[in-house]
Amino acid sequence: MIAITIDGERVSVEEGATVAAALWNAGVARFRSSVSGAPRGPLCAMGICHECRVTIDGVPHRRSCLVEVAAGMTVETRG
Amino acid sequence: MADARVADVAVVGAGPAGIAAATVAAEHGLRVLLIDEGPRPGGQIWRHRADAPPERARRWIDRLQRSGVARLSGAAVVAIEPGFQLLAEREGGAVSISAKTVVLATGARELFLPFPGWTLPNVLGVGGAQALAKSGASFSGKRVVIAGSGPLLLPVAAHLARSGARVSLVAEQAPLGSVLRFAAGLWRAPAALVDAARYRRAFRRARYRFGAWVVEARGEARVEEVILTRAGRTWTEPCDVLCTGYGLVPATELARLAGCRIDAGGVAVDALQQTSVEGILCAGEPTGVGGLGPALVEGTIAGLAAAGRAQEAHRLGGARRRGRKEALRIERAFRPREELSRLARRSTVVCRCEDVTLGQLESSRSAREAKLSTRAGMGPCQGRVCGPALRYLFGWESDTVRVPISPVSLETLGAIASPEENR
Repeated sequence: MIAITIDGERVSVEEGATVAAALWNAGVARFRSSVSGAPRGPLCAMGICHECRVTIDGVPHRRSCLVEVAAGMTVETRG
Repeated sequence: MADARVADVAVVGAGPAGIAAATVAAEHGLRVLLIDEGPRPGGQIWRHRADAPPERARRWIDRLQRSGVARLSGAAVVAIEPGFQLLAEREGGAVSISAKTVVLATGARELFLPFPGWTLPNVLGVGGAQALAKSGASFSGKRVVIAGSGPLLLPVAAHLARSGARVSLVAEQAPLGSVLRFAAGLWRAPAALVDAARYRRAFRRARYRFGAWVVEARGEARVEEVILTRAGRTWTEPCDVLCTGYGLVPATELARLAGCRIDAGGVAVDALQQTSVEGILCAGEPTGVGGLGPALVEGTIAGLAAAGRAQEAHRLGGARRRGRKEALRIERAFRPREELSRLARRSTVVCRCEDVTLGQLESSRSAREAKLSTRAGMGPCQGRVCGPALRYLFGWESDTVRVPISPVSLETLGAIASPEENR
Protein backbone atom coordinates (compact mmCIF):
# COMPACT_ATOMS: atom_id res chain seq x y z
CA MET A 1 0.00 0.00 0.00
CA ILE A 2 1.13 3.53 -0.71
CA ALA A 3 -0.13 6.93 0.44
CA ILE A 4 -1.61 9.56 -1.84
CA THR A 5 -3.58 12.72 -1.12
CA ILE A 6 -7.13 13.06 -2.45
CA ASP A 7 -8.65 16.53 -2.04
CA GLY A 8 -6.38 17.24 0.91
CA GLU A 9 -6.94 13.92 2.66
CA ARG A 10 -4.26 11.29 2.93
CA VAL A 11 -5.46 7.86 1.87
CA SER A 12 -3.79 4.52 1.59
CA VAL A 13 -4.15 2.92 -1.83
CA GLU A 14 -3.07 -0.27 -3.49
CA GLU A 15 0.01 -0.08 -5.63
CA GLY A 16 -0.65 -0.66 -9.33
CA ALA A 17 -4.19 0.73 -9.18
CA THR A 18 -5.21 3.58 -11.43
CA VAL A 19 -6.07 6.95 -9.95
CA ALA A 20 -9.68 6.38 -11.05
CA ALA A 21 -9.81 3.12 -9.07
CA ALA A 22 -8.23 4.82 -6.05
CA LEU A 23 -10.85 7.59 -6.15
CA TRP A 24 -13.64 5.03 -6.57
CA ASN A 25 -12.39 3.04 -3.57
CA ALA A 26 -12.17 6.24 -1.52
CA GLY A 27 -15.88 6.77 -2.17
CA VAL A 28 -15.50 9.67 -4.61
CA ALA A 29 -18.41 9.70 -7.08
CA ARG A 30 -18.02 13.20 -8.48
CA PHE A 31 -14.69 13.33 -10.29
CA ARG A 32 -15.38 16.59 -12.08
CA SER A 33 -18.12 19.07 -12.88
CA SER A 34 -19.49 19.30 -16.40
CA VAL A 35 -19.54 22.61 -18.30
CA SER A 36 -22.99 23.29 -16.82
CA GLY A 37 -21.95 22.17 -13.33
CA ALA A 38 -23.38 18.65 -13.19
CA PRO A 39 -21.49 15.92 -11.31
CA ARG A 40 -19.58 13.46 -13.48
CA GLY A 41 -17.57 10.32 -12.89
CA PRO A 42 -15.91 7.68 -15.06
CA LEU A 43 -17.92 6.14 -17.90
CA CYS A 44 -15.62 4.20 -20.21
CA ALA A 45 -12.64 3.82 -17.83
CA MET A 46 -10.39 3.35 -20.83
CA GLY A 47 -9.33 6.81 -21.87
CA ILE A 48 -12.04 7.58 -24.41
CA CYS A 49 -14.75 9.62 -22.70
CA HIS A 50 -12.60 12.03 -20.66
CA GLU A 51 -15.29 12.06 -17.94
CA CYS A 52 -12.83 11.03 -15.20
CA ARG A 53 -10.56 14.05 -15.61
CA VAL A 54 -8.93 15.28 -12.39
CA THR A 55 -5.92 17.35 -11.41
CA ILE A 56 -2.90 15.16 -10.64
CA ASP A 57 0.18 16.73 -9.04
CA GLY A 58 -1.02 20.12 -10.18
CA VAL A 59 -1.60 19.10 -13.80
CA PRO A 60 -5.27 19.59 -14.69
CA HIS A 61 -7.39 17.45 -17.05
CA ARG A 62 -5.51 14.18 -16.52
CA ARG A 63 -7.58 11.13 -17.36
CA SER A 64 -7.50 9.32 -14.02
CA CYS A 65 -8.30 5.97 -15.67
CA LEU A 66 -4.99 6.03 -17.55
CA VAL A 67 -2.68 7.09 -14.72
CA GLU A 68 -1.39 4.70 -12.06
CA VAL A 69 -1.05 5.87 -8.47
CA ALA A 70 2.41 6.79 -7.19
CA ALA A 71 3.58 7.41 -3.62
CA GLY A 72 3.03 11.00 -2.57
CA MET A 73 0.74 11.80 -5.49
CA THR A 74 -1.73 14.65 -5.01
CA VAL A 75 -5.16 14.34 -6.65
CA GLU A 76 -7.81 17.04 -6.80
CA THR A 77 -11.31 16.43 -8.09
CA ARG A 78 -13.99 18.83 -9.40
CA GLY A 79 -11.43 20.79 -11.41
CA MET B 1 11.62 19.69 -30.51
CA ALA B 2 9.97 16.32 -30.18
CA ASP B 3 11.62 13.06 -29.21
CA ALA B 4 12.10 11.08 -32.45
CA ARG B 5 11.81 7.34 -33.16
CA VAL B 6 12.42 5.40 -36.35
CA ALA B 7 11.01 1.95 -37.16
CA ASP B 8 10.24 -0.30 -40.11
CA VAL B 9 6.77 -0.89 -38.71
CA ALA B 10 4.82 1.27 -36.29
CA VAL B 11 1.94 -0.60 -34.67
CA VAL B 12 -0.70 1.59 -33.05
CA GLY B 13 -2.53 -0.18 -30.24
CA ALA B 14 -1.20 -2.95 -27.97
CA GLY B 15 -4.30 -5.10 -27.67
CA PRO B 16 -4.31 -8.66 -29.06
CA ALA B 17 -4.26 -7.56 -32.73
CA GLY B 18 -1.42 -5.08 -32.18
CA ILE B 19 0.58 -7.53 -30.05
CA ALA B 20 0.23 -10.24 -32.71
CA ALA B 21 1.14 -7.90 -35.58
CA ALA B 22 4.14 -6.41 -33.76
CA THR B 23 5.43 -9.77 -32.51
CA VAL B 24 5.15 -11.55 -35.86
CA ALA B 25 6.76 -8.65 -37.77
CA ALA B 26 9.65 -8.47 -35.27
CA GLU B 27 10.13 -12.25 -35.41
CA HIS B 28 10.75 -11.79 -39.13
CA GLY B 29 13.56 -9.35 -38.44
CA LEU B 30 11.77 -6.01 -38.74
CA ARG B 31 12.35 -3.10 -36.39
CA VAL B 32 8.96 -2.64 -34.77
CA LEU B 33 7.64 0.07 -32.48
CA LEU B 34 4.44 -0.72 -30.58
CA ILE B 35 2.61 2.37 -29.37
CA ASP B 36 -0.17 2.30 -26.79
CA GLU B 37 -2.02 4.67 -24.49
CA GLY B 38 -1.99 2.24 -21.59
CA PRO B 39 0.88 1.54 -19.23
CA ARG B 40 1.44 -2.03 -20.44
CA PRO B 41 0.50 -4.28 -23.38
CA GLY B 42 -2.80 -6.13 -23.40
CA GLY B 43 -5.37 -3.58 -24.51
CA GLN B 44 -8.79 -3.68 -22.92
CA ILE B 45 -9.51 -7.39 -23.15
CA TRP B 46 -6.15 -8.32 -21.64
CA ARG B 47 -6.05 -5.35 -19.30
CA HIS B 48 -4.17 -6.27 -16.17
CA ARG B 49 -2.23 -4.92 -13.25
CA ALA B 50 1.57 -4.94 -13.34
CA ASP B 51 1.82 -8.16 -11.35
CA ALA B 52 -0.89 -10.29 -12.93
CA PRO B 53 -1.27 -10.73 -16.67
CA PRO B 54 -4.28 -12.98 -17.36
CA GLU B 55 -3.45 -16.60 -18.16
CA ARG B 56 -4.54 -16.55 -21.82
CA ALA B 57 -2.60 -13.36 -22.46
CA ARG B 58 0.65 -14.45 -20.89
CA ARG B 59 1.81 -16.57 -23.84
CA TRP B 60 1.41 -13.71 -26.31
CA ILE B 61 2.87 -11.11 -23.97
CA ASP B 62 5.90 -13.33 -23.24
CA ARG B 63 6.36 -13.86 -26.98
CA LEU B 64 6.08 -10.10 -27.55
CA GLN B 65 8.76 -9.47 -24.95
CA ARG B 66 11.12 -12.02 -26.53
CA SER B 67 10.56 -10.70 -30.06
CA GLY B 68 12.54 -7.49 -29.60
CA VAL B 69 9.63 -5.13 -30.25
CA ALA B 70 10.35 -1.61 -28.95
CA ARG B 71 7.50 -0.17 -26.94
CA LEU B 72 6.16 3.31 -26.45
CA SER B 73 3.66 3.17 -23.59
CA GLY B 74 1.36 5.88 -22.29
CA ALA B 75 1.43 7.53 -25.69
CA ALA B 76 -1.55 8.52 -27.83
CA VAL B 77 -1.03 8.91 -31.57
CA VAL B 78 -2.70 12.19 -32.51
CA ALA B 79 -1.51 12.75 -36.08
CA ILE B 80 -0.40 10.73 -39.09
CA GLU B 81 1.11 12.02 -42.31
CA PRO B 82 2.17 10.32 -45.52
CA GLY B 83 5.61 8.84 -45.47
CA PHE B 84 4.71 7.86 -42.65
CA GLN B 85 5.22 10.36 -39.89
CA LEU B 86 3.24 9.85 -36.72
CA LEU B 87 3.02 12.18 -33.78
CA ALA B 88 2.25 10.85 -30.33
CA GLU B 89 1.32 12.76 -27.21
CA ARG B 90 2.97 11.53 -24.05
CA GLU B 91 3.36 12.84 -20.54
CA GLY B 92 6.50 14.92 -20.67
CA GLY B 93 6.35 15.71 -24.37
CA ALA B 94 5.58 14.79 -27.92
CA VAL B 95 7.18 11.87 -29.77
CA SER B 96 7.55 11.83 -33.54
CA ILE B 97 7.69 8.43 -35.19
CA SER B 98 8.91 7.68 -38.66
CA ALA B 99 7.92 4.28 -40.17
CA LYS B 100 7.62 2.69 -43.62
CA THR B 101 4.61 0.60 -42.65
CA VAL B 102 1.88 1.37 -40.15
CA VAL B 103 -0.46 -1.18 -38.58
CA LEU B 104 -3.57 0.34 -37.05
CA ALA B 105 -4.84 -1.86 -34.23
CA THR B 106 -6.80 0.79 -32.40
CA GLY B 107 -9.52 -1.55 -31.13
CA ALA B 108 -13.11 -0.73 -30.38
CA ARG B 109 -15.10 1.17 -27.84
CA GLU B 110 -18.49 0.84 -26.24
CA LEU B 111 -21.62 2.13 -27.87
CA PHE B 112 -23.48 4.31 -25.37
CA LEU B 113 -27.04 5.36 -26.09
CA PRO B 114 -28.33 8.37 -24.17
CA PHE B 115 -31.28 8.05 -21.77
CA PRO B 116 -32.42 10.31 -18.93
CA GLY B 117 -29.90 10.08 -16.10
CA TRP B 118 -27.11 8.42 -18.07
CA THR B 119 -24.66 11.17 -17.08
CA LEU B 120 -25.01 10.50 -13.33
CA PRO B 121 -21.90 9.32 -11.49
CA ASN B 122 -21.78 5.53 -11.06
CA VAL B 123 -23.46 4.97 -14.41
CA LEU B 124 -20.59 3.11 -16.07
CA GLY B 125 -20.04 1.34 -19.32
CA VAL B 126 -20.26 -2.46 -19.16
CA GLY B 127 -16.69 -2.69 -20.40
CA GLY B 128 -16.04 0.42 -18.33
CA ALA B 129 -17.01 -1.34 -15.11
CA GLN B 130 -14.78 -4.25 -16.00
CA ALA B 131 -11.88 -1.93 -16.85
CA LEU B 132 -12.35 -0.07 -13.57
CA ALA B 133 -12.48 -3.35 -11.61
CA LYS B 134 -9.39 -4.67 -13.38
CA SER B 135 -7.53 -1.49 -12.54
CA GLY B 136 -8.13 -1.90 -8.82
CA ALA B 137 -11.63 -0.60 -8.09
CA SER B 138 -13.60 -2.59 -5.53
CA PHE B 139 -17.25 -3.40 -6.25
CA SER B 140 -17.59 -5.47 -3.11
CA GLY B 141 -21.02 -5.10 -1.51
CA LYS B 142 -22.27 -2.73 -4.21
CA ARG B 143 -25.71 -3.32 -5.69
CA VAL B 144 -25.16 -3.55 -9.42
CA VAL B 145 -27.61 -3.55 -12.33
CA ILE B 146 -26.21 -4.47 -15.73
CA ALA B 147 -28.40 -3.39 -18.64
CA GLY B 148 -27.28 -3.27 -22.22
CA SER B 149 -26.50 -5.69 -24.99
CA GLY B 150 -23.99 -8.11 -26.36
CA PRO B 151 -21.72 -10.96 -25.37
CA LEU B 152 -19.84 -8.72 -22.92
CA LEU B 153 -22.70 -8.61 -20.38
CA LEU B 154 -22.06 -12.14 -19.13
CA PRO B 155 -18.34 -12.08 -18.37
CA VAL B 156 -18.70 -8.66 -16.75
CA ALA B 157 -21.63 -9.80 -14.58
CA ALA B 158 -19.59 -12.86 -13.58
CA HIS B 159 -16.45 -10.84 -12.89
CA LEU B 160 -18.28 -8.32 -10.70
CA ALA B 161 -20.23 -11.02 -8.84
CA ARG B 162 -17.05 -12.99 -8.14
CA SER B 163 -15.41 -9.86 -6.78
CA GLY B 164 -18.20 -9.45 -4.24
CA ALA B 165 -20.68 -7.18 -6.01
CA ARG B 166 -24.38 -7.83 -5.37
CA VAL B 167 -25.46 -8.11 -8.99
CA SER B 168 -29.26 -8.01 -8.85
CA LEU B 169 -30.23 -7.94 -12.50
CA VAL B 170 -28.72 -8.51 -15.93
CA ALA B 171 -30.95 -7.07 -18.65
CA GLU B 172 -30.19 -7.91 -22.28
CA GLN B 173 -32.14 -5.72 -24.70
CA ALA B 174 -32.09 -8.32 -27.48
CA PRO B 175 -35.11 -10.63 -27.49
CA LEU B 176 -34.62 -14.16 -26.18
CA GLY B 177 -35.20 -15.57 -29.69
CA SER B 178 -32.27 -13.65 -31.17
CA VAL B 179 -29.96 -14.70 -28.38
CA LEU B 180 -31.03 -18.36 -28.69
CA ARG B 181 -30.45 -18.31 -32.45
CA PHE B 182 -27.03 -16.82 -31.82
CA ALA B 183 -26.24 -19.44 -29.19
CA ALA B 184 -27.40 -22.26 -31.48
CA GLY B 185 -24.90 -21.05 -34.05
CA LEU B 186 -22.12 -21.54 -31.52
CA TRP B 187 -22.13 -25.33 -31.97
CA ARG B 188 -18.81 -25.02 -33.75
CA ALA B 189 -17.41 -23.23 -30.71
CA PRO B 190 -18.62 -25.29 -27.73
CA ALA B 191 -16.03 -23.57 -25.51
CA ALA B 192 -18.02 -20.35 -25.81
CA LEU B 193 -21.15 -22.10 -24.53
CA VAL B 194 -19.21 -23.65 -21.64
CA ASP B 195 -17.91 -20.16 -20.80
CA ALA B 196 -21.44 -18.75 -20.92
CA ALA B 197 -22.72 -21.44 -18.53
CA ARG B 198 -19.84 -20.78 -16.17
CA TYR B 199 -20.50 -17.05 -16.21
CA ARG B 200 -24.19 -17.59 -15.52
CA ARG B 201 -23.31 -19.73 -12.50
CA ALA B 202 -21.11 -16.95 -11.16
CA PHE B 203 -24.03 -14.51 -11.12
CA ARG B 204 -26.74 -17.11 -10.40
CA ARG B 205 -28.32 -14.99 -7.65
CA ALA B 206 -29.16 -12.28 -10.17
CA ARG B 207 -32.18 -12.26 -12.45
CA TYR B 208 -31.24 -12.54 -16.12
CA ARG B 209 -33.81 -11.01 -18.48
CA PHE B 210 -34.01 -10.78 -22.25
CA GLY B 211 -35.89 -8.09 -24.14
CA ALA B 212 -35.44 -5.79 -21.13
CA TRP B 213 -33.79 -2.40 -21.10
CA VAL B 214 -33.18 0.63 -18.89
CA VAL B 215 -35.32 3.68 -19.66
CA GLU B 216 -34.09 6.03 -16.94
CA ALA B 217 -31.50 6.37 -14.18
CA ARG B 218 -32.31 8.48 -11.14
CA GLY B 219 -30.32 9.88 -8.24
CA GLU B 220 -28.80 13.03 -6.79
CA ALA B 221 -25.04 12.77 -6.26
CA ARG B 222 -24.95 9.42 -8.06
CA VAL B 223 -27.33 6.83 -9.48
CA GLU B 224 -29.68 5.45 -6.81
CA GLU B 225 -32.27 3.61 -8.87
CA VAL B 226 -33.01 2.67 -12.44
CA ILE B 227 -36.28 2.22 -14.27
CA LEU B 228 -36.44 -0.73 -16.60
CA THR B 229 -39.01 -2.03 -19.01
CA ARG B 230 -39.83 -5.43 -20.46
CA ALA B 231 -42.85 -6.62 -22.41
CA GLY B 232 -44.78 -3.46 -21.59
CA ARG B 233 -44.15 -3.69 -17.86
CA THR B 234 -42.04 -1.02 -16.14
CA TRP B 235 -40.37 -1.35 -12.77
CA THR B 236 -37.80 0.34 -10.51
CA GLU B 237 -34.62 -1.31 -9.39
CA PRO B 238 -32.52 0.24 -6.59
CA CYS B 239 -28.77 0.16 -7.18
CA ASP B 240 -25.40 1.72 -6.37
CA VAL B 241 -23.97 1.16 -9.84
CA LEU B 242 -25.55 0.84 -13.27
CA CYS B 243 -23.48 -0.72 -16.03
CA THR B 244 -24.79 0.04 -19.49
CA GLY B 245 -23.48 -0.35 -23.03
CA TYR B 246 -24.83 -1.60 -26.35
CA GLY B 247 -21.92 -3.53 -27.73
CA LEU B 248 -18.79 -2.23 -29.38
CA VAL B 249 -18.07 0.06 -32.30
CA PRO B 250 -14.79 0.15 -34.25
CA ALA B 251 -12.35 2.94 -33.33
CA THR B 252 -11.57 4.43 -36.73
CA GLU B 253 -10.37 8.01 -36.05
CA LEU B 254 -6.74 7.41 -36.94
CA ALA B 255 -7.66 5.41 -40.04
CA ARG B 256 -10.05 8.15 -41.18
CA LEU B 257 -7.40 10.78 -40.50
CA ALA B 258 -4.98 8.81 -42.70
CA GLY B 259 -7.59 8.74 -45.47
CA CYS B 260 -8.39 5.01 -45.28
CA ARG B 261 -11.69 4.02 -46.82
CA ILE B 262 -14.44 3.16 -44.33
CA ASP B 263 -17.04 0.56 -45.17
CA ALA B 264 -20.18 0.05 -43.03
CA GLY B 265 -18.55 1.72 -40.03
CA GLY B 266 -15.30 -0.27 -40.18
CA VAL B 267 -11.97 0.21 -41.94
CA ALA B 268 -12.05 -1.52 -45.35
CA VAL B 269 -9.20 -4.02 -45.76
CA ASP B 270 -8.19 -6.76 -48.21
CA ALA B 271 -7.25 -10.35 -47.32
CA LEU B 272 -3.80 -9.13 -46.19
CA GLN B 273 -5.27 -6.41 -43.92
CA GLN B 274 -4.11 -3.73 -46.38
CA THR B 275 -6.30 -0.60 -46.22
CA SER B 276 -7.04 1.68 -49.18
CA VAL B 277 -3.85 3.61 -48.29
CA GLU B 278 -0.75 1.73 -49.46
CA GLY B 279 1.49 0.90 -46.48
CA ILE B 280 -1.21 1.27 -43.85
CA LEU B 281 -2.57 -2.03 -42.56
CA CYS B 282 -5.42 -2.45 -40.13
CA ALA B 283 -6.22 -5.43 -37.91
CA GLY B 284 -8.80 -6.47 -35.34
CA GLU B 285 -11.81 -4.50 -34.16
CA PRO B 286 -11.36 -1.36 -36.32
CA THR B 287 -12.18 -3.51 -39.35
CA GLY B 288 -15.37 -4.81 -37.69
CA VAL B 289 -15.96 -5.96 -34.13
CA GLY B 290 -15.26 -9.70 -33.85
CA GLY B 291 -13.51 -10.21 -30.53
CA LEU B 292 -10.30 -11.89 -29.48
CA GLY B 293 -10.06 -14.74 -32.01
CA PRO B 294 -10.31 -12.67 -35.20
CA ALA B 295 -8.09 -9.96 -33.66
CA LEU B 296 -5.23 -12.44 -33.15
CA VAL B 297 -5.66 -13.92 -36.63
CA GLU B 298 -5.80 -10.53 -38.34
CA GLY B 299 -2.89 -9.21 -36.29
CA THR B 300 -0.81 -12.23 -37.30
CA ILE B 301 -1.76 -11.69 -40.96
CA ALA B 302 -0.81 -8.01 -40.74
CA GLY B 303 2.54 -8.89 -39.15
CA LEU B 304 3.27 -11.43 -41.89
CA ALA B 305 2.13 -9.02 -44.62
CA ALA B 306 4.35 -6.27 -43.23
CA ALA B 307 7.26 -8.72 -43.38
CA GLY B 308 6.48 -9.60 -47.01
CA ARG B 309 5.25 -13.11 -46.15
CA ALA B 310 2.06 -12.90 -48.17
CA GLN B 311 1.91 -16.63 -48.83
CA GLU B 312 2.02 -17.56 -45.16
CA ALA B 313 -0.52 -14.84 -44.45
CA HIS B 314 -2.93 -16.23 -47.06
CA ARG B 315 -2.83 -19.59 -45.29
CA LEU B 316 -4.75 -17.96 -42.43
CA GLY B 317 -7.51 -16.88 -44.82
CA GLY B 318 -9.97 -19.57 -43.66
CA ALA B 319 -9.69 -18.58 -40.00
CA ARG B 320 -10.00 -14.94 -41.03
CA ARG B 321 -13.24 -15.53 -42.96
CA ARG B 322 -14.76 -17.56 -40.11
CA GLY B 323 -13.94 -14.72 -37.71
CA ARG B 324 -15.61 -12.16 -39.96
CA LYS B 325 -18.72 -14.32 -40.23
CA GLU B 326 -18.93 -14.62 -36.46
CA ALA B 327 -18.63 -10.83 -36.16
CA LEU B 328 -21.64 -10.41 -38.45
CA ARG B 329 -23.63 -12.91 -36.39
CA ILE B 330 -22.93 -10.97 -33.20
CA GLU B 331 -23.91 -7.72 -34.87
CA ARG B 332 -27.18 -9.18 -36.11
CA ALA B 333 -28.16 -10.89 -32.84
CA PHE B 334 -27.49 -7.92 -30.58
CA ARG B 335 -28.49 -5.00 -32.79
CA PRO B 336 -29.99 -2.28 -30.53
CA ARG B 337 -33.79 -2.19 -30.80
CA GLU B 338 -35.55 0.82 -32.23
CA GLU B 339 -37.14 1.76 -28.87
CA LEU B 340 -33.68 2.68 -27.55
CA SER B 341 -33.52 5.63 -29.93
CA ARG B 342 -36.54 7.23 -28.23
CA LEU B 343 -35.36 7.16 -24.60
CA ALA B 344 -33.64 10.57 -24.52
CA ARG B 345 -35.88 13.54 -23.73
CA ARG B 346 -35.41 17.07 -25.05
CA SER B 347 -33.60 17.90 -21.79
CA THR B 348 -31.32 14.82 -21.91
CA VAL B 349 -27.65 15.58 -22.47
CA VAL B 350 -26.35 13.83 -25.59
CA CYS B 351 -22.86 15.37 -25.92
CA ARG B 352 -21.43 14.93 -22.42
CA CYS B 353 -18.32 17.05 -23.03
CA GLU B 354 -20.26 20.18 -23.98
CA ASP B 355 -23.57 19.37 -22.25
CA VAL B 356 -25.57 19.61 -25.48
CA THR B 357 -29.11 18.32 -25.06
CA LEU B 358 -31.29 16.43 -27.50
CA GLY B 359 -33.54 19.50 -27.78
CA GLN B 360 -30.61 21.65 -28.90
CA LEU B 361 -29.76 19.13 -31.62
CA GLU B 362 -33.24 18.90 -33.08
CA SER B 363 -32.83 21.71 -35.60
CA SER B 364 -29.60 20.29 -37.08
CA ARG B 365 -29.53 18.02 -40.09
CA SER B 366 -26.00 16.58 -39.86
CA ALA B 367 -23.17 15.98 -37.39
CA ARG B 368 -21.25 18.84 -39.02
CA GLU B 369 -24.16 21.24 -38.65
CA ALA B 370 -24.75 20.17 -35.04
CA LYS B 371 -21.07 20.72 -34.30
CA LEU B 372 -21.11 24.24 -35.73
CA SER B 373 -24.33 25.34 -34.07
CA THR B 374 -24.16 23.52 -30.70
CA ARG B 375 -20.51 22.42 -30.18
CA ALA B 376 -21.71 18.79 -29.99
CA GLY B 377 -18.64 16.62 -30.59
CA MET B 378 -16.15 19.45 -30.08
CA GLY B 379 -15.14 18.63 -26.50
CA PRO B 380 -12.20 16.59 -25.24
CA CYS B 381 -13.57 13.23 -26.44
CA GLN B 382 -13.93 14.66 -29.95
CA GLY B 383 -17.24 12.95 -30.60
CA ARG B 384 -16.07 9.48 -29.59
CA VAL B 385 -19.06 9.07 -27.26
CA CYS B 386 -21.78 11.18 -28.89
CA GLY B 387 -20.70 10.43 -32.49
CA PRO B 388 -21.88 6.80 -32.54
CA ALA B 389 -24.97 7.84 -30.54
CA LEU B 390 -25.86 10.52 -33.11
CA ARG B 391 -25.35 7.98 -35.86
CA TYR B 392 -27.83 5.72 -34.11
CA LEU B 393 -30.35 8.43 -33.16
CA PHE B 394 -30.36 10.47 -36.37
CA GLY B 395 -28.39 8.43 -38.89
CA TRP B 396 -25.70 11.15 -39.00
CA GLU B 397 -22.27 10.02 -40.11
CA SER B 398 -19.42 11.41 -37.99
CA ASP B 399 -17.87 14.65 -39.13
CA THR B 400 -14.41 14.72 -40.72
CA VAL B 401 -11.49 13.94 -38.42
CA ARG B 402 -8.91 16.62 -37.85
CA VAL B 403 -5.44 16.76 -36.29
CA PRO B 404 -4.96 16.33 -33.37
CA ILE B 405 -7.49 13.51 -32.90
CA SER B 406 -7.37 13.87 -29.10
CA PRO B 407 -6.44 16.79 -26.83
CA VAL B 408 -2.71 17.58 -26.71
CA SER B 409 -0.33 19.85 -24.81
CA LEU B 410 0.78 23.16 -26.31
CA GLU B 411 4.18 21.65 -26.95
CA THR B 412 2.68 18.86 -29.07
CA LEU B 413 0.49 21.39 -30.82
CA GLY B 414 3.68 23.26 -31.66
CA ALA B 415 5.20 20.09 -33.13
CA ILE B 416 2.08 19.68 -35.29
CA ALA B 417 2.21 23.29 -36.43
CA SER B 418 5.87 23.09 -37.51
CA PRO B 419 6.50 19.45 -38.47
CA GLU B 420 9.90 20.13 -40.13
CA GLU B 421 11.40 20.75 -36.69
CA ASN B 422 10.72 17.14 -35.79
CA ARG B 423 13.02 15.74 -38.40
